[in-house]
Order: sequence, then C-alpha cells, then structure tokens
Amino acid sequence: MGNLDTDAGVTFEQSYATTNGNGIGNGKLPNGQSNASNSNFLLDNTIVDEQQREALVQILNQRKFSAPAYTEIRTRRSAAKAAAQAMKFKNANASNYHPAKNLQINGQVHALKEKPDFKPSQVEGKLSPEKEHYAKTSFEEVPLHTACLTYLGFYLLMILGYINQLLFVPKVASEKGREGYVTLYDAFESFYSRYVYRRIKDCWNRPICSVPGDELTLKDRVTDDYGWSFKFTGTQTRCLNLGSYNYLGFAAATGRCADESEDRARTAGLAYCSSRCELGNTEQHEELEKLTARYFGVEDAIVFGMGFATNALNLPSLLGPNCLVVSDEKNHASIILGLRLSGATIKVFKHNSMKDLERVLREGVCYGNPKKGGLPWSKIMIIVEGIFSMEGSIVRLPEVIALKKKYKAYLYLDEAHSVGAMGSNGRGIADYFKVDPKEVDILMGTFTKSFGSAGGYLAGSKKLIDFLRTNSHAHCYAGSISPPVVQQIVTSMKTIMGEDGTETGRNKIMQLARNTRYFRKRLAQIGVITYGHEDSPVVPMLVYLFSKIGAVVRTLTTRHIAVVGAGFPATPIMEGRIRFCLSAAHTKEQLDYALEVIDEISDDLGLKYSRKPRDPNPIEY
Amino acid sequence: MVAIQLINEIGGIFRNTPTFALVLESFLLVTVVWLLLHKRGGGRRRFTKEQEDYLIEKYEPEVLVPDTDPEHPLLHNHVVQSVAGKHIKVDGHECLNLGSHNYLGFLEDEEIIDEACKSLRKYGVGSCGPRGFYGTMDVHLDLEDRLAKFMGLEEAIVYSYGFSTVASAIPAYAKRGDLIFVDEAVNFAIQKGLDASRSTIVFYKHNNVKDLERLLTEQEARDKKNPKKALKTRRFLVAEGIYMNTGEICPLPELVALRNKYKLRIFLDESISFGTLGKGGRGVTEHFNISRDEIDLISSGMEGSMATIGGFCVGSHFIAEHQRLSGLGYIFSASLPPMLTQAAISALDRFERNPQIFEQLQTKSKLLHQQFSKFTKLRLSGNELSPVKHLFLAQSSDKFDTEQKLLAEVSNKCIARGVAVVQAAYLQNRERKPVRPSLRIAINRHLDEADIATAFEIIESVSSAVL
Repeated sequence: MGNLDTDAGVTFEQSYATTNGNGIGNGKLPNGQSNASNSNFLLDNTIVDEQQREALVQILNQRKFSAPAYTEIRTRRSAAKAAAQAMKFKNANASNYHPAKNLQINGQVHALKEKPDFKPSQVEGKLSPEKEHYAKTSFEEVPLHTACLTYLGFYLLMILGYINQLLFVPKVASEKGREGYVTLYDAFESFYSRYVYRRIKDCWNRPICSVPGDELTLKDRVTDDYGWSFKFTGTQTRCLNLGSYNYLGFAAATGRCADESEDRARTAGLAYCSSRCELGNTEQHEELEKLTARYFGVEDAIVFGMGFATNALNLPSLLGPNCLVVSDEKNHASIILGLRLSGATIKVFKHNSMKDLERVLREGVCYGNPKKGGLPWSKIMIIVEGIFSMEGSIVRLPEVIALKKKYKAYLYLDEAHSVGAMGSNGRGIADYFKVDPKEVDILMGTFTKSFGSAGGYLAGSKKLIDFLRTNSHAHCYAGSISPPVVQQIVTSMKTIMGEDGTETGRNKIMQLARNTRYFRKRLAQIGVITYGHEDSPVVPMLVYLFSKIGAVVRTLTTRHIAVVGAGFPATPIMEGRIRFCLSAAHTKEQLDYALEVIDEISDDLGLKYSRKPRDPNPIEY
Repeated sequence: MVAIQLINEIGGIFRNTPTFALVLESFLLVTVVWLLLHKRGGGRRRFTKEQEDYLIEKYEPEVLVPDTDPEHPLLHNHVVQSVAGKHIKVDGHECLNLGSHNYLGFLEDEEIIDEACKSLRKYGVGSCGPRGFYGTMDVHLDLEDRLAKFMGLEEAIVYSYGFSTVASAIPAYAKRGDLIFVDEAVNFAIQKGLDASRSTIVFYKHNNVKDLERLLTEQEARDKKNPKKALKTRRFLVAEGIYMNTGEICPLPELVALRNKYKLRIFLDESISFGTLGKGGRGVTEHFNISRDEIDLISSGMEGSMATIGGFCVGSHFIAEHQRLSGLGYIFSASLPPMLTQAAISALDRFERNPQIFEQLQTKSKLLHQQFSKFTKLRLSGNELSPVKHLFLAQSSDKFDTEQKLLAEVSNKCIARGVAVVQAAYLQNRERKPVRPSLRIAINRHLDEADIATAFEIIESVSSAVL
C-alpha cells in the first residue's frame, strides 16, 4: 500500500513521454542514454553488423526499457531498486530472451524442444468432481482496505473529472449545423469517456503492424494533449504478445495454413458478394460444416461469417416471448444482444453458482410466466460460456447438464474461448469434462480465436441445424464467409484433428495446457490474485484500482510485453484487471521473461494482494 | 353518550400531540400494517417442496425447434463452383451472372487479389482479437482514413460484417424513448437495428414523402401536448440509398428538407448505392448533389461494390467516434481479417483511379432496365440507375407461396440454360411483414449489350414456358 501516490491518474499524464517527429526520445529516459543509441534501437531490423548488435544487446540488458514512445511509471521504490534490478535481470534471463532482440520473421512457429507430456494437477482424482473443480479455481476476496481505496480512487477520478470539466472548456468536436436538436448523447456517458476513460485511453486500440503471434509489433503512438488525440512517432516496438486470442498459435503468415489460404484466395476469390441462400453457397462451405460437425462429434453444423453475429442473430430464431432464459451473469455482450432481440424473459444467475442456477430453474418451472398468470414457459434455456472471457473461469458442465436434465431445460454452450483451447483433443469443454457433446443441445463457438481465422458456428442435431438453415438471420441475409478465411479454418481444424498426418495439433494442445498451468502457478507464487480455473488459458490478474490498469499496461509495454487491461464498465468498478491470454506459440523462455517482469513491477505497483500461502518450491514446467 | 365521550377523548389526543409526533406515529403505524400484510399474503403463493417436485415432474416443455420440411427451399441452395465473376458456374452449369452483388466486377480483379495475398503474408489470416485488444492493424486505420477522405467526412469506422454494421450503428444512438421514422421497405439488417434500439418506431409508406410529413405533423401535435417529453426525445430518420428490397432510390432532397424542418437526424444505409451512384461513386448524396453534412451518418456494407467482407460507417467526428465505445458489433467482435481490409483499400484505389467505372455501370444498368422492361410475364421494378432490380410476376397470385414456387422454377431453368438469376431470399415469417417474392437482378459492370440480350431471351422464353 506504500505506493498510493501512484494511483492518482494525473501522475500518468505527466509521466507520459512526448517525442519529436523523428521518433527519438526527448531525453526523459531515466538513465539518460544518448539519443544515438535510441535511434540505433529503432533500426533494429536493419542491423546486420554483428558488433553493433552485441552493443545493442548490452544496452537492452542494462536499461530497463527502450521503447521511445513509452516511459515507465516511476515509483518511489524503483529508483532504489534500479541497481539491483540490472543484475537480477541478467541472471533471471539465463536464456537471454527478450522480445526486442528477437529478429525472427513474423509469426515464425517455435519448434518444440522436447515432446511435452501432460502433468496432472495435485488435486486430480482425489476429490469429488465438484470439489475438485472448486479447488482448481482460484478466487480470492478483495482485501477490505483495497476495496475502500478502489472506490475512493474511482470517486477521486470522477471528482477531478468534474472539476476539469467545469474549469476548462473541453477540447472536443461539437456538433455543427444541428442547432435546436435534442442532444445526441447522455451527459454521464460523454463525461465518463472524456474525463475518466481518456486518462487511460492509450491502453486500448493500440495499432499493431505484424502477425498477432507469440510476439507482435506495436506501432508507437504518443499523445501531447493528455489522450484527446494520438500521433504516430513512426517507430515500432516489438512486444511479447500476451493479449491476442491466439490460443493454439495458428495466427501466422507462413506455414501450411497461410499457404493454403493464399491458394484458395487465388482460385476462388475473396468473397461471393451474396448470401448463402442466394449465390454464396459453395462446396467449400459445405465441407467446412461437415468438418465442424465431425470435429465435435455431432450430427450437423452451420457456419457464419462473424462470431458476434452467430450469437446475436441466431438466438432470436431459437427463442420467443414465452421462453425463459437462464443466463450466467458474466455472459458476453453478443448473447445479451441476441436475447434482447429475441424478446424472451431473462433471469440471471450468479456466476458459475450451481446452487443459484438450480434456484432460478426451480422458480421458473414451478411458478411459470408471471406475465401470463403463471402459465408454464414454453421453453427454458440455460446459456453459459465454456470459458468466461473476463473471469477465466470454466463452466461446471457436468453439473449444468445434470440440472438441465432434471428441469427439462435446453442448454446453449458458447465456446468462443474454449474451443480448441480446452480438452485433450482440443474439442472444447465437453471434451475437457469427457462429456458426450450430444448432451449439449446447442454448441456455439468462434473461429476467430484458436483457429486464427474469423467467423462462428452452431453445431447440434440435424433437426436443429435444418431449422436454423431456414430461420437464421445471418444465413439468409448476410454475406457468406470469404474463401481464404474458410480455408484457414479447414486447415487448422484438420491439423488439430491430426488429419494432416502430423502430431502438430496434439503438440500445440499439450503446449498450451502446459503453458497455462505453469504460468498460473508461477503467478500464484508471485503473490498476485488471479481468477479462474487452473486449466483456463485466459488469466485475469486483479489490480483492482482503475488507475493501476493503466500503470501496469504501460509499464509492461516499456518492458516489451503487450497485455490487455479491463476496467469499469467491462468489469465491476471494484475489479479492474489485467488479462493475459496464453498461447501454444509461447515458449518457456518467453513466459519466464514475462513472469520475471511481472514479479518486478508487482513490487513497484503493489499488486501482491494475495494472502494465500505461497508455494516455496520452484514450479516445474 | 359513551360514543361522543370517546370521540372527544380521541380528539383531545390529536389536539394535544405535536404535529411531528403525529406524522411520525402514523408513519410507523402504516409501516407496521404494511409489513404484516406483506408477509402474510402480499407475495406470491408458495408451493411446498413436494408440490414443487410434482410440478417439475409434470413439466413438459415444447421441443427446442419444430420439424423442418425437408423440401424447404432454403435447405436446397445452389452450389457455386467458381469465382463469382461475370460468369459463374452454378450447380454444374456455366452461367452468365445476374445474381452476385459484384457490381464493379472487382471479384475477378487479379491485382486486388495479389495485394490481399501480400497482406496475408504480412499479417496472417485472422486478427485474433477485437479492435480494442490488439486487433487494430495499421491496415484498418488506413482504410478508415481513406474512406473518410473519399467521402469528404471526418471519420470512418470499419466493422467486420456487413449485416452488423447498420444493426449496431442504430442502437448506438437511438435508445428507449426515442423516435425513429423509417421507410417501411428497409432491409432486414436495419429492422434488427431498430429492434435492438427499443425506440418507438414509426413506419412511413415506401418512398412516400407525403406520408412521412403527415406522420411528422401528427407527432408535432403530440409534442405540443407534452412539451417536456418532446425536449428529451431524439428523432431519427432511417432510409436506404437504394433499397435492397425494391431497387428504388430514396427521395433524398425531400428527406433533407424534412430533416431541417422537423429536426431529425438522418441515417442512410448506402450498402448498394455506395460505389454505384454518382459521378465518383460516392453514393446517393453525390447523385442528388447534396452536401454530406446534411446527413448525420452514412453506413454501408463492403460486400457490394467493394467486393470484400465487412462494412463501415462514416460521418463527422462527433457522431462516428461514438461508435468506438458504443457500437456493439464494433467493440465485441474480432476485427476484419487484414487481407480483406487490404482488398477494400485496393478497391478504393480503383474508385479513385478510374472514376469512369461508375458511369459504365450506370449505362449498363439503364441498358438492362430498358431491355428487361419488355418481359411479357414478368414485371421489372427498381430505378433505372440502380444496379439492383427486381422481377415480379406480372400476374400476381393471392398467395406468396405459389409465386415463390413459380419463381424458383424460373430461376432453376434459367440456371440450367446459362443465366444465373436467383430469388431474393427472405425469412418471410421474420420480416416485419411478408415481402413479395421476386427474382433479384444484380448488374455487373462487365456485362455488354449482347450478354443482356441473351439473358433477356433466355429469361423470356423460360418465363413464358413456366408461367
């Protein structure tokens, strides 16, 4: 708690670097490195001279950061630690991994050094499945004083924002030529985005100019008006990518997937300019649907061009006004939009709480539709996600299925994040729990994440899919999927299934599982609070305070690590968090590097909130 | 006597107690009564556990989905076996393509494919994240910049799916309690956007400005009765540049005049008109020579003239920027695959480099319009400049089902004889009201006179035989 002073948003704005047009740091860098070495770093892709490269490596090892557009948040302790850190930094990175030093080609896939094997958790098989799931899910109550400070910090930001708005004329675009109109925006909404969100606006929408693989290249941008506008410096920063949903590492610009996609683009074009029901249906689309059905072991599947639309445009076909939907409180916005369009009654249950789910179901079945005087609901549907994207938790599928059977409800499972990433065959949550996928009425998921492509699918019985083919909005009206995009899905899916005749798919799944457990255990050891199940590759790290989100994201960028922050309104006010998304493309060296840096900055920024006992033994990879 | 005494006594109590105590005590009394009643019978009747179990036992839900007729036309789609260019191979037949919305013929452009493939080699296929979380590539920013410049407006924002563009844009601004005036013939994506906004929707007759004005004056009268509410109600007008379902151009000058008079905000969906109307392909605003500042927001799919995937909205900074925090389809969806973004940039290059392509397309549209007006058994509808036209049955039948079957037969036979025309696909039971079945003709810039003549002959002979 010793660094409360870092939490007021103003500090960040002041410490934000301004650079001149040439992209050279303006000398604000802490140990006053000359501008010459800085520009050397910028040219890092063009350096061929071995000696020069050596010098560069030296500089990188000595200095804590070198990205010209981002300067570090200075904390009281960091000055004192600087000397010690330089040493520690060297020792910890025995493998000498550093994203900025890595001069590899975009999206190159790392070869696996040894064949990974799956290490089960300690609690596996010793407890009842229910308790085991609980034991594997990490969750910790927020310490009381942190909770108070979080609210305090948030209100402070709001008050400062209001003062700011009162005293200074906001430098925003105003509407022209619409005098006398009713104002277009809600006052609070615009206040929030202008005076609260703007302070950490630079942490989102960051442009990249490379494959979002294990590493990515950030296009550096700076703001000299506290976030109202951004300018590009013309420089780039190579970062370790812990932000993209590239779970199985299929995002690559080289290799089989890319080759076959390119071939397909050349033979079939880039689009069909028509919907599937008119002139946009091809054998390739039908092949993808059959493959998807086979992948999940169900009768049939239907595919769409956008994952978001898969939920938003198909739920309305399945549900009507006299339907009850029992939905997890953390469900994704696309599901909520779909439900809103459907006109069904929505009852929310507490996140992943089976007890609460049962209560809501019982209520629903016994007391019926109150709007129709207690007449029974025509359908009751449970909607859950496989992995919840903000929580990192895994749905307790076997229990949900048991409840669904007991109360004769239908189950809609959104596997946007879990397909490919979970289960020993990569077939999602049903595979992970070894449940028959036919027990789930509707399987939904996206191709954006694990498959490195775009689009979404719905899979289930033939009857269901036939109904959707004749009733789905997206199928009938929206453009069909682009051929190279389909090809990427087909190739990556076949690789995961092992139909390409290699072990690549299997190895990727294993690698991801191993990375996940290792990373989560090491984070627990560091002492930060993480949420979610130990096998979930989505790892949210709680930082609570709104301002710390910005501090962590920026500091990690200066250390060449790209992560995602999430705060109000995406999460409750209290629970600002940093989200790491692991990938099979990450190596142990890369994770070690990231963990080392996280450990270091957690001291500086006070993120070690956890009061659980820490494992003193080194974690085995 | 006793009663009078009692009343006096009570009156005395009331007179002697201070008012605040009286108020307090009566409040307490009311609370106690309410608590008692609430606990006893105010709530719903509860069942015992046994009763509940019995009800659960007896509950029989409807089936998840009803059975689908295996002969349903939407289950049997045509299979395309080639690039959807000027010629297309459908179900094994080489056809002249009158069905794909590839107006400018960019689908066959080798250069665009080359540039897209180069982009694939730089970024991979998918973007692996939404725009906020490292899904923004420099090509996305490029495209937004170029689109805004092309349209002469401040800001553009790119969506990853054509359907979701307008469906997300409308609810980003219009909320519960707002008023939206809409042409009754709008496409399905707009209808879904209207549903999501939960605003009050007022439909006016298709392209009928008088009807719109009537509704607006009615609203004005209502506003006078309730001026407080009127001060808080935002008003929107939603129309399409060229209507997907009719092929007509909207009467924009009249709409703009009404906008000024009644303080409406105009949202235009230019999915068809963008890249087809006007000298420079800038859509219906250029066609009518109206300043684009008069329109609040223009949205368009890129699945038509640009021949790629996705969509965009363009407008002033004040308006368009708002979607970056409120457009659901923008925030929560993975961004458009970079190679398809590149294809859109390349298409814009073509727009700027060869502005004559728009005139070519318009000439072909007129040509086809003249020719296709001569069918004996089919009636052509749509503006002569529009690249999308509809062929309805000249003799209307009272049931849409029979019309649909006849048109399906015409379409299948035409494909077998080498002209790909397809029925416009609608979900009749989900549209606001059923749409009359038709064959939708989409015109490609590369069609020549001879092609149009052959297409006419084939369709004429098939339709004469079938109908």
